[in-house]
Amino acid sequence: METKFDKTVEILFELKISDVMRRDIITLGPKDKMSVLKSTLQKHRISGVPVVDGGALVGVVSIEDLIKWLSDEGRDCYIEDIMSKNLQCLYADQPLMHAVKKFDQYGYGRFPVLERESGRLAGIITRGVIINGTLKKLEMEYKEEEIRQYRASHFFGDITADEKNVSLQFKIKGNDFDNAGKASTTMKKNLKRLGIRPDIIQRVAIASYEAEMNVVIYTDGGTMQYNIAEDHISIEVTDNGPGIEDIEKAMQPGFTTSESWVKELGFGAGMGLPNIKKCSDTMDLQSTVGAGTTLKIEIFIGEDDEATGNY
Amino acid sequence: MKLQEIIKQCGFEMKTQHGELIRDVTGGYSSDLLSDVMAHAKDGNLWITLQTHSNIVAVAVLKNLAGIVLVNNRTPEEGTLAKANEENIPIMTTKLTTFEIVGKLYEMGIKGN
Repeated sequence: METKFDKTVEILFELKISDVMRRDIITLGPKDKMSVLKSTLQKHRISGVPVVDGGALVGVVSIEDLIKWLSDEGRDCYIEDIMSKNLQCLYADQPLMHAVKKFDQYGYGRFPVLERESGRLAGIITRGVIINGTLKKLEMEYKEEEIRQYRASHFFGDITADEKNVSLQFKIKGNDFDNAGKASTTMKKNLKRLGIRPDIIQRVAIASYEAEMNVVIYTDGGTMQYNIAEDHISIEVTDNGPGIEDIEKAMQPGFTTSESWVKELGFGAGMGLPNIKKCSDTMDLQSTVGAGTTLKIEIFIGEDDEATGNY
Repeated sequence: MKLQEIIKQCGFEMKTQHGELIRDVTGGYSSDLLSDVMAHAKDGNLWITLQTHSNIVAVAVLKNLAGIVLVNNRTPEEGTLAKANEENIPIMTTKLTTFEIVGKLYEMGIKGN
């Protein structure tokens, strides 16, 4: 049972609010009458309606507001006089987990969902919508899992996950400037989907990119292994040579052994290793000339990480 | 200031088809060393450079930059444009030099940060 629960939590981080929210929203205007609210709720069998003025969300009015208004004699007035204006909203690009937390925190029946850039109302989310979305995804993953079991095992090769750790491995080709940076950009997207704090992602992205470029520029290729644990993210980069002659020198800002054509592309400025060091909490660099280099770095996720800390 | 407003005022030529133009530009950064940009550019910055190869897109994605301006009328390589369209990174060109365009942007209120 426990693994099932972990899977649900994973899905709540994986899905975005925009993946499950209702988009066919019924709205009312602030100058609509309360009698219209009554008939709208009845007609659509819903319990609350966002109030929109010229595309912008200005309030929410619910069946509780209607009941309260009826018990206060129910004289017809504008919705804007009754609606709650102190709005709690969610953004379409947030992980579904944010919505779950918000329902826990406020106990409301629904939250309007806004498009982050424009601030416009994009949809609405209720507890029912979350449950349906999660179940659908679980069912889909279950089906995919069944299909996967028929397939060759190398599909499992680059990703392995147990209860608390996620690992990903990338192969990096030496001198392949066209694909250079791909591991780091892919990883950045994954971390974002996992709900890792932006400043942590930023540090991982910089360290990872510099390490990846070092493999591309100076070696015949290597691998990058990312490990995401509860409290830290680690990256292990290995290559098969040529190796670093003097690590102390290589760590000095500005020191470089790269050729001039590489420099002209804007690489090889002797800032890579110092950048990595600045971004990581621990860094270990081991190298043997002729054999290869192994770089291990860790970035701690920290305790005030609200997105993952409680789950 | 929004990116599309800057494009209009500076007369940049858009090279990419996609990319978010209504984004707020938080400031500017100018450098041709990728590691330097990785270390010092900030989220939402507009990046002024003469590098045209496809790795500038990876840097812009990783640093969440608002866009890339290529100076001296340099044209981006084909692979660069394909990648930029895929990643929604706006790339534009100007005939001005780095010094001139940075000065102009600064005057418009785009500061370095």
